[in-house]
Amino acid sequence: MTATIERGSATAPVNTPASKKTPTPKKQGGFLTSSNGKKVVMAVTGAVMVSFLVLHMLGNLKIFFGRESFNEYAHWLRTLLEPFVPYRTVLTILEIGLVVSVVLHMWAAISLSRRAGKARPVKYVAKKSQANGYATHIMRWGGVTIALFVIWHLLDLTFGVVNPAGYNSSPADRMIDGFDPSRWWVTLVYVVAVVMVGLHLRHGVWSAFQTLGWANKDRNKALRATAGLLSIVLVLGFLVPPLAITFGVVK
Amino acid sequence: MNLTLRVWRQSGPTDKGRMVTYKVEDVSPDMSFLEMLDVLNEKLILEGDDPIAFDHDCREGICGMCGMVINGVAHGEQRATTTCQLHMRHFEDGAEITIEPWRAAPFPVVKDLVVDRSAFDRIIQAGGFVSVPAGSAPDAHSVPVRKEDADAAFDAATCIGCGACVAACPNGSASLFTAAKITHLSLLPQGQPERLSRAKAMVDQMDAEGFGGCTNTGECTAVCPKGIPLDTIARMNSDYLKANAK
Amino acid sequence: MKYTEGPEIRDTKAPSGPIEDRWEKRKFSAKLVNPANKRKLNVIVVGTGLAGGSAAATLGELGYNVKSFCYQDSPRRAHSIAAQGGINAAKNYRGDGDSIYRLFYDTVKGGDFRARESNVYRLAQVSVNIIDQAVAQGVPFAREYGGLLDTRSFGGAQVSRTFYARGQTGQQLLLGAYQALERQVAAGTVEMHTRHEMLDLIVSDGRARGIIVRDMVTGEIERHLADAVVLATGGYGNVFFLSTNAKGCNTTAIWRAHERGAYFANPCYTQIHPTCIPVSGEYQSKLTLMSESLRNDGRVWVPLRKNDDRAPGDIPEDERDYYLERIYPSFGNLVPRDIASRAAKNVCDEGRGVGPGGLGVYLDFRDAINRLGRDAVEKKYGNLFEMYERITGENPYDVPMRIYPAVHYTMGGLWVDYDLQSTIPGLFVIGEANFSDHGANRLGASALMQGLADGYFVLPTTIGDYLANGPYGDVDEEAVAEAEIKVRTKIDRLLAVNGTRTPDSFHRELGKLMWDYCGMERTEESLRKALERIPELREEFWQNVKVSGTAEELNQVLEKAGRVADFFDLAELMCLDALVRTESCGGHFRAESQDADGEALRDDENFAHVSAWEYSPDGPILHKEPLEYEYVKMTQRSYK
Ligand SMILES: Cc1cc2nc3c(=O)[nH]c(=O)nc-3n(C[C@H](O)[C@H](O)[C@H](O)COP(=O)(O)OP(=O)(O)OC[C@H]3O[C@@H](n4cnc5c(N)ncnc54)[C@H](O)[C@@H]3O)c2cc1C
Ligand code: HEM
Repeated sequence: MTATIERGSATAPVNTPASKKTPTPKKQGGFLTSSNGKKVVMAVTGAVMVSFLVLHMLGNLKIFFGRESFNEYAHWLRTLLEPFVPYRTVLTILEIGLVVSVVLHMWAAISLSRRAGKARPVKYVAKKSQANGYATHIMRWGGVTIALFVIWHLLDLTFGVVNPAGYNSSPADRMIDGFDPSRWWVTLVYVVAVVMVGLHLRHGVWSAFQTLGWANKDRNKALRATAGLLSIVLVLGFLVPPLAITFGVVK
Repeated sequence: MNLTLRVWRQSGPTDKGRMVTYKVEDVSPDMSFLEMLDVLNEKLILEGDDPIAFDHDCREGICGMCGMVINGVAHGEQRATTTCQLHMRHFEDGAEITIEPWRAAPFPVVKDLVVDRSAFDRIIQAGGFVSVPAGSAPDAHSVPVRKEDADAAFDAATCIGCGACVAACPNGSASLFTAAKITHLSLLPQGQPERLSRAKAMVDQMDAEGFGGCTNTGECTAVCPKGIPLDTIARMNSDYLKANAK
Repeated sequence: MKYTEGPEIRDTKAPSGPIEDRWEKRKFSAKLVNPANKRKLNVIVVGTGLAGGSAAATLGELGYNVKSFCYQDSPRRAHSIAAQGGINAAKNYRGDGDSIYRLFYDTVKGGDFRARESNVYRLAQVSVNIIDQAVAQGVPFAREYGGLLDTRSFGGAQVSRTFYARGQTGQQLLLGAYQALERQVAAGTVEMHTRHEMLDLIVSDGRARGIIVRDMVTGEIERHLADAVVLATGGYGNVFFLSTNAKGCNTTAIWRAHERGAYFANPCYTQIHPTCIPVSGEYQSKLTLMSESLRNDGRVWVPLRKNDDRAPGDIPEDERDYYLERIYPSFGNLVPRDIASRAAKNVCDEGRGVGPGGLGVYLDFRDAINRLGRDAVEKKYGNLFEMYERITGENPYDVPMRIYPAVHYTMGGLWVDYDLQSTIPGLFVIGEANFSDHGANRLGASALMQGLADGYFVLPTTIGDYLANGPYGDVDEEAVAEAEIKVRTKIDRLLAVNGTRTPDSFHRELGKLMWDYCGMERTEESLRKALERIPELREEFWQNVKVSGTAEELNQVLEKAGRVADFFDLAELMCLDALVRTESCGGHFRAESQDADGEALRDDENFAHVSAWEYSPDGPILHKEPLEYEYVKMTQRSYK
């Protein structure tokens, strides 16, 4: 009966007796505005992004076959289906798909976390995770980290704005100059970001299986293993080229 | 044992609420957690103070009435145990224990540690049943059920509706509760005719009540006194997707 | 306590003729209500356990306008949720010789010939429909590999007629009824009022017409009116303070109806369950039941020597007394509940009990583990062992369990006729709250059966006969106001005392007194002592109780105080009933009435009747309802 600590405001007031305030479901926009629908959007867009990452990673590995090979690949991407369609058509379509996915993914992530925030207006004084807290912390903060990185990454290697080789350079030059040993900190940022992506996917890929309703007791182990393996492969695949450059293996 | 308790006190729905510190002495390790609170309350009453309000009824871990967040964990750190079945032998002499109510907007605090969980009833109202009026049922043996399905349905049906899943979920989601009922009924032949409409109605009601969405963190299963598994949520998602695809 | 005797009850409204046809006959003779009129008829159902939940749902399905009440925050939490073992039904799916007649016979005999034949026969008939209904609702009963329902034999029955859902049968059945109820809430036929406690019955023009309730969140006193009132408020075992009942179980609803004119039948019939976890200290708030099935493989024993404080493992085989096997060689550890309970009490009274205060006996699985292997034992009883360990901190695989009897069920309750109608027209009572079907002793797995039989099948038919003459028009405003004032006055009185003892401390003392003087064994002397002590304690309660807080808020102390006040009055009637019934029967054991071996001795000549007590401010009035047995011959039970 000693000290009292003031904190927070109360949860929403209950003025009407519980039994009398039956909230009927809001007339909503249907599937896509439901929390489950948004999760499906995340899963599908996540899958699009994962597919992109796999291709992207394979492309990056081309750097080991020499600058020419890498540049050829970059060129090939831009001239896909040419002359049937003009230069860069397919790549642009892919990029648009990717941007749309990123935007939708983030939209869903943001609106779900706002919903989550509203669902718990008063925070706990003490809260201890019983499931490692892994997913809770990694997904949102990891996601934001990834988003920041993607912006930097585009400025660096796609537009060359912050790249020493500048905009009018070949992709391979941008890559090799970008991860030059003198710019070790760029490599470091890259490593951190890629690991973040890996952590995001370790939960995310499994979570997507769950969201799409494919998980069950018998499959759970396999699905978790798939998610883990995919993340590891992607992380390694993405880390090897820049590290090789920074440590001077690839010049 | 002597303990220091930090307990959430809130005189009513519109009160702001605060943590208040109490000392409890001579606690026996064989007491249950609620018995320890009983002892404190007896003292508070005689001192003319308002005793700490908390919900409880069967004290056998089955009615689902009790529940508080103890040191940051719904129902306390002892796994697969409701608050009423938690015993003081799991605490150390001199320990400081933080006690808070379930915190979620759809579970408004009524008083102290008592919250209003009627949202759960409304989720069931939306479709958590098989429509079969009394007297119209066929003979119980007319539809055999695979033992595996019956057992899995039972596992999901053991949910006691305590709300720990919501309390523990970082998103304040009621997915585990809702999924448990959907899974129970969707595994049985009797639940098939209404399977998809049920999933849709219940999930939409869950949203309408203001619960958060699921991010599969697994915090719910970890604190669930009945260990309802996370794959019930996958089944719910699957039924919900199918219902919307139709 | 003075009482007088009133006229006998001769007519219970049971139809005559062959027992198999009586229920058919009654169903046919019951008036039907025109579907269009049902909407205009209001029914109040208090309680949402198996009885009340199933009744409210079914009445809603039929189209009546129903209001349902419970004191918990959700109808799903009624105490029926805690039932573990199973539910009986005469399905004879095993082909092991079961039949409606056999279930009827076993129940009448198990009730020690103090139940009505007509009612019990109907219960056995309806039992088969319950299983069908529950399965159709999706209740996940245990099944065999072939996909059909599994059954087990329970509580000493010789046939396998108990359907179960692991150790959570009550939960699964209640959730079935709860879901049916919520379906009606969604359909608008049932209006649900949770966290509302019934505090009085409104009787107008001699008919039950409504109830006064307190909104337990706001403290508001509300009146709800109807054409009929159904009470399904469960048992009153909590009069003993320590029992296996939920903390909130109370007698308030039925007691206040009793004060309004409903007779209370056989209040002294209490069932004491032999396998509960013993009390561990003064702070103990309730007792936990360990499933009776444990006695199938566990052996019950105490040390041969008095006050033997060696650890159980250190007591050699020849210094152990497996007393049930010794006294009842043919049934051994599987004797019925009342017998096992009393035997445990006897050895503890001799000073041979074990554990704190010497109030416990061992239930030992050592031999079962040696014979079947630890894994097999774990498969069968793993969850029970876990529960035991959670509560006691002892591991039953290594140390024998300690068990002791505890109050579990009350066979007594409000008197009802064949239609489940009380002595107040329009007041129906179902489930454990009534007295009807179990006589002086309830068999395992029969309470769930009775609650659901009443709620799904019997009441919905019989109440129609009453409602067919309705609607009953306006309710006398004076009667409503009077009831409301009575309730408010009682609350104000409780708050005004402002004494120095908590309601719980009075309840504990009352419970101890009841356990000591009106518990497993009753004597004229003990009962007289109780009848002397209870009024004194009640007096002290009203002079010295301390209720904190106000009436206009959620106030759990006030709720408790109101319930304790009613327990005092009930306790007195229980002791009086026990005193007047000088025979032993079923759960009621009068030490003066036993045979040479110490077994209960009935006195059919003088006590083959139901004792129905009428309330009167000048002391209770006893009405006897004679019991006749046309089908089952009265015999003395023997389990040797
Ligand atoms: C631990 C345990 C195990 C058991 N196991 C078995 C078993 O295996 N098989 C078996 O057949 N039986 C068993 N029983 C007995 C059986 O569970 C009960 O007899 C039965 O469930 C009673 O059901 P009911 O519907 O009459 O009452 P309850 O389920 O007790 O419901 C009472 C209802 O009334 C409401 N209520 C009470 N008072 C008030 C009031 N004043 N105002 C408003 N509402 C009120 C409550 O909120 C509740 O909804 C067991 C009992 C216990 C305690
Ligand atoms: C742009 C920044 C990003 C943000 C803010 C973000 C955020 C999130 C969040 C909050 C979740 C939900 C967490 C959960 O379900 O537990 C999530 C899920 C997911 N994310 Fe991301 N993410 C981002 C980028 C990415 C990228 C680049 C990929 C893949 C390459 C990706 C793939 C996934 C997948 C597969 C899921 C699982 C979806 C599901 O649960 O159904 N995310 N993301």
